[in-house]
Amino acid sequence: MDAMVTGTGLAGSAKEINIRDVDLFYGDLHVLKNVNLDIRPGEFFAFLGPSGCGKTTLLRLIAGFNTARNGQVMIAGKDVLGTPPWKRDIGMVFQSYALWPHLTVRKNVAFGLEERRLPRAEIDRDVNAALDLVGLRHLADRRPAQLSGGQQQRVAVARTIAIEPKVLLLDEPLSNLDAKMRVQVRRELRDLQQRLHLTTIFVTHDQEEANTICDRIAVFNDGQIQQVGTPMELYEKPTNLFVANFLGTANILNGKIGGAGAAKTFEVEGGGVVPIPEGAGVPANGKLVFRPQYATLGKAAEGAVRLPGTIVHREFLGATVRYGVKIGSSEVLVDQPFHSGASLLETGTAADVGLQPASALWLAA
Amino acid sequence: MAYALSSPSQRVSSRPGQTAAVLVIALFLGVFLIVPAGTVIYTAFTDKGTGTFTFVNFFDFFGTDLFVRSFWNSVYVSGMSVVWATVLALPLAVLTTRFEFRGAIVIQTLGFVPLIMPPFVGAVAMQLLFGRNGTVNLLLNDRFGFKLPFMDGLNGVIFVQSLHYFPFILINLSTSLRNIDRSMEEAAQNLGASGFRLFRRIVFPLAMPGYLAGASLVFVKVFDDLATPLLLNVKDMLAPQAYLRVTSVGLTDPMGYVISVILIAVSIFAMWVSAIAMRGKDYSTVQRGGGGLSRRQLGTGESVVAYGVVMLILLLVLSPHIGLLLLSFATVWSFSPLPDAFTVAHYGRVFGESSLYIKNTLIYASLAGLIDVAVGGAIAYLVLRTRIVGRRWLDWAATSALAIPGVVLGIGYLRTFYGVTLPDGTPLAALWVMVVLALAIRRLPYALRACYAALQQISESLEEAAENLGATKFHTVRRIVLPLMMGGLLAGFVTSFSTAAVELSATLMLIQSNSDAPIAYGLYVFMQSPAGRGPGAALGVIAVVMVALCTLLSHYVIERRQKANGMAK
Repeated sequence: MDAMVTGTGLAGSAKEINIRDVDLFYGDLHVLKNVNLDIRPGEFFAFLGPSGCGKTTLLRLIAGFNTARNGQVMIAGKDVLGTPPWKRDIGMVFQSYALWPHLTVRKNVAFGLEERRLPRAEIDRDVNAALDLVGLRHLADRRPAQLSGGQQQRVAVARTIAIEPKVLLLDEPLSNLDAKMRVQVRRELRDLQQRLHLTTIFVTHDQEEANTICDRIAVFNDGQIQQVGTPMELYEKPTNLFVANFLGTANILNGKIGGAGAAKTFEVEGGGVVPIPEGAGVPANGKLVFRPQYATLGKAAEGAVRLPGTIVHREFLGATVRYGVKIGSSEVLVDQPFHSGASLLETGTAADVGLQPASALWLAA
Repeated sequence: MAYALSSPSQRVSSRPGQTAAVLVIALFLGVFLIVPAGTVIYTAFTDKGTGTFTFVNFFDFFGTDLFVRSFWNSVYVSGMSVVWATVLALPLAVLTTRFEFRGAIVIQTLGFVPLIMPPFVGAVAMQLLFGRNGTVNLLLNDRFGFKLPFMDGLNGVIFVQSLHYFPFILINLSTSLRNIDRSMEEAAQNLGASGFRLFRRIVFPLAMPGYLAGASLVFVKVFDDLATPLLLNVKDMLAPQAYLRVTSVGLTDPMGYVISVILIAVSIFAMWVSAIAMRGKDYSTVQRGGGGLSRRQLGTGESVVAYGVVMLILLLVLSPHIGLLLLSFATVWSFSPLPDAFTVAHYGRVFGESSLYIKNTLIYASLAGLIDVAVGGAIAYLVLRTRIVGRRWLDWAATSALAIPGVVLGIGYLRTFYGVTLPDGTPLAALWVMVVLALAIRRLPYALRACYAALQQISESLEEAAENLGATKFHTVRRIVLPLMMGGLLAGFVTSFSTAAVELSATLMLIQSNSDAPIAYGLYVFMQSPAGRGPGAALGVIAVVMVALCTLLSHYVIERRQKANGMAK
């Protein structure tokens, strides 16, 4: 661990978070539905989902700005739901940063320490340490309005970690930054989290953000957690259609299960039969799911199944060419690597989609 | 044509029309604002006999006990009015913006009611309710054997003014509070702050610019007000002294002008303080999608206290209106908590004899409103849509009217136009048209803001589209800009109209004959004698109803306008 960080006491021992049977209502609206979640100490954890899925609601519940109808939120084994926000010691970085415009950067960062009635010398030391950590000590006497978006974001982070919170909550911290800054800041956040060894929850609707910096992700939809796992697990082994669709592009084909005994097959609507590999889980009403880069067009490799279709559109993406292929009434996407001199298929022509049964999944909604 | 060349993307102007507009407006502002105000200032610095530049008048002023006392009385009364207005406004603003409070809208609306009645009208009713022998003191004396000097001397002025002007603080403070994003408060809670500490360290500082804007407005309004102290028979304040010097000693007495200059200086100073307070402090922090401060539920005990406080304040605030209403129906009301008996005779008398006042008011206020909207709309267009030379000057000149108290403008008109006579020998200053012009000038800054707002909401591309399809500048204005601005112009008109209808300071100086008088003047005359109080109160009620209707109408217009805007943009 970084000598400066340990020296200032900013790093503490990481706490675990356990969420048990949480139900939350806005009036009659059931916003969080029986949420259970375990976040390990020191983990960089993401809440990922579309807007309105309940991810920010859960974050605000942990911080104390929402009230659950039932359930528990335990930090280091202690239920905090009865504790007011100002007694929780949970650091939150707001989406808008919420920097107070009437206070300088230094005063903003000192605020939480002053509320804790620390001696002046200690406050000054911790403020400087926090500002050093985000590299903004030279701007300590500016007002928030005089800072760029990225700098404001760093002040918001410094203000939060200065109080040595038990856990760190980040509510869409990158959403107010431009694309270039986002990449830089998310690396900085990851770096900082690693140095402080602080259990951190990161709320986002952007799968790329979650994939690049988080250890594990909980995918939310409609007030429920759909799946929890590492980015790779979620991409490779989604457990339902929502997760498959939300992380990356997924092709979905309707059909029905046929065959008998060990030799089950999936009869695709519009033609083609895919043998279901042994051991593959096939839910009732399951649909065939595969990623565009796992399929081929034209000559199929050995062991691949051929699904007859017609090319309906073509997009040149640089490294790949993405074809839209109509199979029955559905359309699937197939990515082909592009290299110079490659001959492209024209729209309107018939083409078979080649698919390895091993790279296919069967998922239900 | 340097302007057109330097920015080819900007409109190529039809110069003659715009130039003519600039000249006409400049003439109007020059003759009816700059020259009268300039004359007042010039006279204050001129030796009465020789006409040379001198500070002697100011030395005289500060060497006279009465004037020095008047000056400090005015400062004291204005300052205390701000204090009491704050005491009234703060609980209402905080309770309605930060707590789940049933009836918050009713409170906010009732909080505005005082503004739709000139303060001096309420003053008489307040005497009857809170005076030495008024309702409250009679009851206090009966039960507890003591009286409170609510209305004695300067107290009375402070009491009436703070009740009347506290909405300025309420409006500004509430807006500021509402514009604070809840994340500001949550971030503080997240870092360990709560309760009063949170309010003191985060919420109030963020609302401070709004509060200061409201407070400085109250200070200026009270400092400049003429009619309320006069009606309460308090003469040793600055504005009444200016009036009395000019009306009793005469137009040549320099003291009236010296006082005028001091009034202007104080106005400018207060506006400067407010501008300093606001500079670089646009603390409006509401984020897109975020609502203002989160509202907290009140506990049962807290609710009882909160509702008690609010009811008390509202009762106090509405007492002038209640008193006025009682008075307008009272036969005799003296030395008793309530009137002896009730009658509608006063209304009969008012409608019979005094319908002239109502008619005059409608004419004057309508004309003033029309002038304001025409001039304000033209200036707004010139500033926002053209690059013609001098457009900024027009804006500044029109806005500078804010710094000229009514009494000063009145004195300026008398001084400037009394020497000018019509062919039949009547002095120009004695014409009723002068009242209209004074009212128009006084209300112009507010109408101008309304016009700016209306024009800013219209996307320039709508005009460019019209020009692209072959419409000339003039046709574009007539067929596109004016129809789209109509709602805003109407709102501006109603604001000018309703405030001009109850203005007295300038009117008191300029009205020469009873037949030319508007309601405010009639009220003033009625209220001077005990026998006139009943009809006066009836006239006051009519004025209040008239202004209330206009205010409602303007709200309605603005709301409709906002709805229609979704389509216009």
